[in-house]
Amino acid sequence: MTNIILDGIVKAFQLLLSLDPTLYSIVLRSLYVSGLATAMATLWSLPIAAILGLKNFPGKRFIRASFNAFLGVPTVVLGLILFLLLSRSGPLGMFGLLFTPLAISIGQAILITPIIVSFITSAIEAIDVELRDLARTLGSTEIQSSIAILREAFGGVTLALIAAFNRAFAELGVAMMLGGNIHGLTRLLTTAIALETARGEIAFSIALGVILVIIVYTFSIILNYLRRN
Amino acid sequence: MKQQIGIVLIAIAIVVIVGGAWILITTQGKERLIVSTTTSLYETGLLDVLDAQFEAKHPTINVSFISQGTGLAIQTAMRGDADMILVHDVAREKAFLNGGYGVNRKIVAYNYFVIVGPDDDPASVEGLDPVNALLAIKAAGESGEALWVSRGDDSGTHAKEKRLWIMGGENTSLLRETSWYLEAGTGMTTTLNLADEKRAYTLCDLGSYLNNYVLGNIDLEIVVEAGRDTLNVYGVIACDPRNEGLSHVKFDSAMKFIEFLVSDDVQEIFAEFGISAFGQPLFNPAVEVLETDVNPTTASWIREQAFIEGSECPLEKRYEAGDLTFLNITFIFQSIWRESRS
Repeated sequence: MTNIILDGIVKAFQLLLSLDPTLYSIVLRSLYVSGLATAMATLWSLPIAAILGLKNFPGKRFIRASFNAFLGVPTVVLGLILFLLLSRSGPLGMFGLLFTPLAISIGQAILITPIIVSFITSAIEAIDVELRDLARTLGSTEIQSSIAILREAFGGVTLALIAAFNRAFAELGVAMMLGGNIHGLTRLLTTAIALETARGEIAFSIALGVILVIIVYTFSIILNYLRRN
Repeated sequence: MKQQIGIVLIAIAIVVIVGGAWILITTQGKERLIVSTTTSLYETGLLDVLDAQFEAKHPTINVSFISQGTGLAIQTAMRGDADMILVHDVAREKAFLNGGYGVNRKIVAYNYFVIVGPDDDPASVEGLDPVNALLAIKAAGESGEALWVSRGDDSGTHAKEKRLWIMGGENTSLLRETSWYLEAGTGMTTTLNLADEKRAYTLCDLGSYLNNYVLGNIDLEIVVEAGRDTLNVYGVIACDPRNEGLSHVKFDSAMKFIEFLVSDDVQEIFAEFGISAFGQPLFNPAVEVLETDVNPTTASWIREQAFIEGSECPLEKRYEAGDLTFLNITFIFQSIWRESRS
């Protein structure tokens, strides 16, 4: 068994160096699908987090707790629910989104929304209260002061985005249910790993897994570097 | 200043993601034909070969295979999320046709299931027919000497296994309560690995077995060879565009794909696929066997087990089939068939 694992690691580097176009298109597609998901999720999560972090209103605790609870939603369950919604016989069937990359992006965006909201809300709350008040007084409008505070919480925001992207990039359930693992269209790194495992190509699966980890790792290092500067 | 650079970088990233995604994640104006199919067929890699051939022949069509267990594959098509099905479960194919979901069924290929188990054969099933082999495994299992692994995932293979147990007078819902009958609930490769780890017996299609055996994932041996009771027939059905819920299906493309599957060239691919890797083909083309007299025994098994109401496709389930012809059991065969059933 250890031999297979070593084989897989060797094979991973061989694959990366071979510039195999199928592999690179899968890697790029995975990056695009999860990148789009992170962009979409950020779009609606930032305002939610800003409101949760800065405002006080009844039910706020409940909403925060809900987002925290949904951090752990099983991807297959989310995938299944969205599958039924997007299916031709489901309520959103008329868009014909099922088994398209966009469907995966939407699913992943919903999956990572709780991560972004929870992390950024915590980051905002961690900022010194006086600093928050100062930002409020400096900004002429609410939105401006929110942006000023988010800027203060910049470290937390990037961390949230890295965590969210990595979760989307490495998840399987949503990609499998909503994408269908179609060759050349919705096959991502994780679904390719699942397929190769099902095919019994163990070393190849491990190779793809190693590549996935390398990408996640590189990505995290680059963003960490940017964050420190 | 730094933040402006940041904003510019983010803007560039968004443009690259959206633009690149557009190229990578669209079919670029091609019509998309979704074929809902089974894992056993897909995991062999055969469909990737067919995909490339078909798209070379019909460059305006993009074929997308969704592979699921036969049960889910058929449901996906019933929900309107696929244009056609390519599966191996006659009973559910019949239900699909009769439910008004499909038309123009063709039998495209066949192979066999085998029973595999540990090489010391603790239940002494070698040489038995499949049903008696299962009963022997049950007897050995009850005395704690053998284990059986069931797919348990409602796939075509699982359906076949259940039918074999029923032929032996057993009730699978009672069997699953026993300790020697394990339900894997997963695909074929995982099930084989489980059986291998537990030194258990299981039912497997020949293609998946050979694939995992040659790759060195398992060292289970075939203990019950291919035969009449373990025939495995693959059929293709186009979704019926007259069905209200399926009016959007790409019927014309689906029919092109069916014609493609039964064409001489593609039947030849079925006959050759796997020879180089496994020393024997994983599938056998069905068209010639049914149309000519090259293999009358197998042909009679297929007619007996995989024809619906004495035909590949019942008369009322044929619709705008063009040049496609459907085979019926001729009068003589029909009387033999009736005799064999009475």
